[in-house]
Amino acid sequence: MTEPFLIGDNMTGGYGRGPDILHNCTIAVNPGEIAVIVGPNGAGKSTAMKATFGMLNVRSGSVRLDGEDITNLSPQERVIKGMGFVPQVRNIFPSMTVEENLEMGAYIRTDDFRSTIEQIYDLFPILRDKRNQAAGELSGGQRQQVAVGRALMTQPKVLLLDEPTAGVSPVVMDELFDRIIEVSRTGIPILMVEQNAKQALEIADRAYVLVQGANAHTGTGKELLADPEVRRSFLGG
Amino acid sequence: MDFLNALVNITNLLIIPATTYGAQLALGALGVTLIYSILRFSNFAHGDTMAFGTIVTIGITSVFQSWGISLGPLPTALLALPFAVVVTAALLVGTDFAVYRFYRAKRAVPIIFVMASLGVMLMMNGFVRFLAGVKNISFADGERFIIKARDFKEMTGLAEPLGLRTTQVLTVVVAVIIVAWLFWFLNKTRTGKSMRAFSDNEDLALLSGINPNRVVIVTWVIVALLTTTAGVLYGLDKGYQPYVYFQLLLPTFAAAIVGGLGNPLGAIVGGFVVSFSEVMITHVWKKVLTYLMPENLEPSSLMQLMSTEYKFAVSFAILVIVLLFKPTGLFKGQSV
Amino acid sequence: MTQTVRASIFFAIMAALFIIEGSTNAWVFSGSWNTSLVILNMALVSAIMALGVNLQWGYAGLFNTGIMGFVALGGLAVVVTSMAPVPETWAAGGPRIFLGLAVGVAFLVGTIYLRKKMPEGRNRAIATVVMLVIGFAAYRTIFDGGVDAVEAIDPSVSGYLGGLGLPVVLAWPVGGLLAAGAAWIIGKTALGLRSDYLAIATLGIAEIIVAILKNEEWLARGANNVNGLPRPVPYEIDLQQSADFVNKAAEWGMDPVTASTLYVKIGYALMFTAVLVFILVLSQLARHSPWGRMMRAIRDNETAARAMGKNVTRRHLEIFILGSAVCGIAGAMMTTLDGQLTPNSYHPLRFTFLIWVMVIVGGSGNNLGSVLGGFLIWWLWVKVEPMGQWLAQVTTAGLDPTNWFAVRMAEAAPHMRLFTMGLILLLVLRFNPRGLLPEN
Repeated sequence: MTEPFLIGDNMTGGYGRGPDILHNCTIAVNPGEIAVIVGPNGAGKSTAMKATFGMLNVRSGSVRLDGEDITNLSPQERVIKGMGFVPQVRNIFPSMTVEENLEMGAYIRTDDFRSTIEQIYDLFPILRDKRNQAAGELSGGQRQQVAVGRALMTQPKVLLLDEPTAGVSPVVMDELFDRIIEVSRTGIPILMVEQNAKQALEIADRAYVLVQGANAHTGTGKELLADPEVRRSFLGG
Repeated sequence: MDFLNALVNITNLLIIPATTYGAQLALGALGVTLIYSILRFSNFAHGDTMAFGTIVTIGITSVFQSWGISLGPLPTALLALPFAVVVTAALLVGTDFAVYRFYRAKRAVPIIFVMASLGVMLMMNGFVRFLAGVKNISFADGERFIIKARDFKEMTGLAEPLGLRTTQVLTVVVAVIIVAWLFWFLNKTRTGKSMRAFSDNEDLALLSGINPNRVVIVTWVIVALLTTTAGVLYGLDKGYQPYVYFQLLLPTFAAAIVGGLGNPLGAIVGGFVVSFSEVMITHVWKKVLTYLMPENLEPSSLMQLMSTEYKFAVSFAILVIVLLFKPTGLFKGQSV
Repeated sequence: MTQTVRASIFFAIMAALFIIEGSTNAWVFSGSWNTSLVILNMALVSAIMALGVNLQWGYAGLFNTGIMGFVALGGLAVVVTSMAPVPETWAAGGPRIFLGLAVGVAFLVGTIYLRKKMPEGRNRAIATVVMLVIGFAAYRTIFDGGVDAVEAIDPSVSGYLGGLGLPVVLAWPVGGLLAAGAAWIIGKTALGLRSDYLAIATLGIAEIIVAILKNEEWLARGANNVNGLPRPVPYEIDLQQSADFVNKAAEWGMDPVTASTLYVKIGYALMFTAVLVFILVLSQLARHSPWGRMMRAIRDNETAARAMGKNVTRRHLEIFILGSAVCGIAGAMMTTLDGQLTPNSYHPLRFTFLIWVMVIVGGSGNNLGSVLGGFLIWWLWVKVEPMGQWLAQVTTAGLDPTNWFAVRMAEAAPHMRLFTMGLILLLVLRFNPRGLLPEN
């Protein structure tokens, strides 16, 4: 098997000096793919993703991006290496306009990023209409689009989304999933943590079910949806 | 009824002084609000920073004067101001390196920063006294008046005088320039926007690759500009005395809070709310009412709501009213 | 090293400093027992103030920067309790002043009552404004007339209402009560807010209290000061004229003048120590009571305490009042010691922020620490100036006295106090944030 584009390989670790939350956990994603992490509450889904982004202390195992070992890099350094991260909460600059949010996303870029902004407006047309409005005044779904757009401004090689549909209505959730698929079609690998396991598995090319910080099931979204044990334990029948 | 004389009295003793004072407070409050939104604490050393910037300006001014350099009708202090801003900025950035940076790295709670700012306040206060003692220093030179009270009376034939001092006009002009520049900087430049982003959401700003140290240093430099200018304008207008500067802390904070802590526009409006309330409440309304009332209804007392010594009560009352009725301030600021 | 050993060592060092001060004339020490006792008496008062602040900060995490105001109210208490009433001024306008104040308060209470009774809306706003305007006009008309009448009487020596003519020691609890009353009003409005907001609000109220003391001449002569306050100890001159005392002094091998000054100061020191021990014991008892434990639980996790149904605001109000009352008692003791009330001497750097340095250096949350901090920082506050002069002499020893540096150093010595205090505060916060005697 060839090495995936981004892989958190056999990670064990926790926050700071706290107890280990992850136990030999492996997650990976390749270009053109949407990989989702699902699992019960407290399974360490977000933690696993944050581990690949350098937000916790990985005591054993490694994180590799495009073959390069980045285990010891800080989140900021990983952004420069090409990782985009959208936190679950507090993921926008509320008092700044939509366009300023995007500009701040491109802060580390020194080249002209006008065209990237246009691309993002093409992906999320609503943001073009609201470009001069304060991001904090937008609806929940629109804010999530700002958040994803901000992360895309660095033209990342991989995008990490932490529960992008948390707290939005089912209609908005479907719309957000559509947008995420569109982003994925541009070729960016997407690693996503999701609470809404069923919908997430439907769009997943690769899926991980975590239980207590360890891999429980791995496969394509369809495989896991078909797996009777996964259905019974996590999808309510 | 003598409407014109009443109006002149109000302009001379209320509108002009309150506008000047309001502009000075606004500059101070902008500094408070910037520190609050970027560094996330209430800086008790603010008044003493103003005193420091002013005393440095006074020192440089006297050097310039000894060299025979002057600005003609304008006060020489204006020429010294940029140099003093540089010195003050160096002191503030140095203080940050020596004191606040440590607590930032530890992510200490705001109250620890406030405690540390008390220490900085005491040290700065002592240092400023070391430099210049505690006496009152007047350092305004150049043309004192734009409109002299007597000239105005002769010119208009009115009973009420109206004087307009150079420093008063200068205060408003300089404040407008600096505020305009600051708003341009915060809203239009990359660095300014990164400061706002840092203030909005520190974690996300870090994720976006914004360098926190750079933001903090730029903040202190701007605070040096704001405090030094506010202090120098206040000193040109009313004379320099370290203790008075320390006491400016209260109206300055009141201005920042009434406008909405963390909101620059709020700080400016807050400055004028505080200054106009203060001057209106301590204004002697007797003359105005005498002009406006029918002959036999003239008031016999001074018609002063509160004596000038209680002007701090005005700032305090404003604080209490804001906290009771609108804790986020007039403009949406961070809740207190 | 156990806490007890640590505390004993620090207090032994403090005791040694006072003994050296009294016995040795070298370096910054004067070798005068009189000076030693002067420093000790203020150190005792400072320690009590620090205990009050420690109640608020160390127990409950309340950031009060209005200590000066409570101390000043204590000072006022001495005047209104112990000075003899002035019948002429009472006759001239005393009742009128109090009627004015009563009218003012009545209108304020009336407005609050009205606001509670009326539904929200424009009518209520109008009613509020009308009540306040009429009330203010009525209050000023009555009050001002009384004030003018009182202040007109013999302004060079009197011009105020005087006090109740009670024994001066009674002023100490009265000072506590005055401060507690003020703290109740402040606490009702400002507590329950972000910590820095409370700090700014209390800073303001302290300035207002001192402004009242400076300007309301009918009350305590304002900036004209009240001199000759009664003393709880005999006057030196009376002692010197008493044959018994002179004989006793001779037995001790002292001349009557020295003996009398020492006697008076020791008298104060004993009384102050008694009060300090009393408050210290009460504070310790409170600390280990269920109430004290709850207070610290609230300080450490306010949200959790609230969730458990604790009335946080109420507890905060209680401890704010208690701590302020202790500061008021100390303020009254200090004014008694001074023998005069001088409103112009109240300065926030000295009476608010210096006390803070004491609490932080001593160890917030630890009562013995606050006492130690009070002693040590007061001693330093007094001694930094001579130390500075000494330093100026040493560093400029070889220089011409007209040299720029030498002149600067000589002039700078008196200003070194605040600088040093700030430096000490920063160093302790940075390197020993729990203080000399940490909370256990």
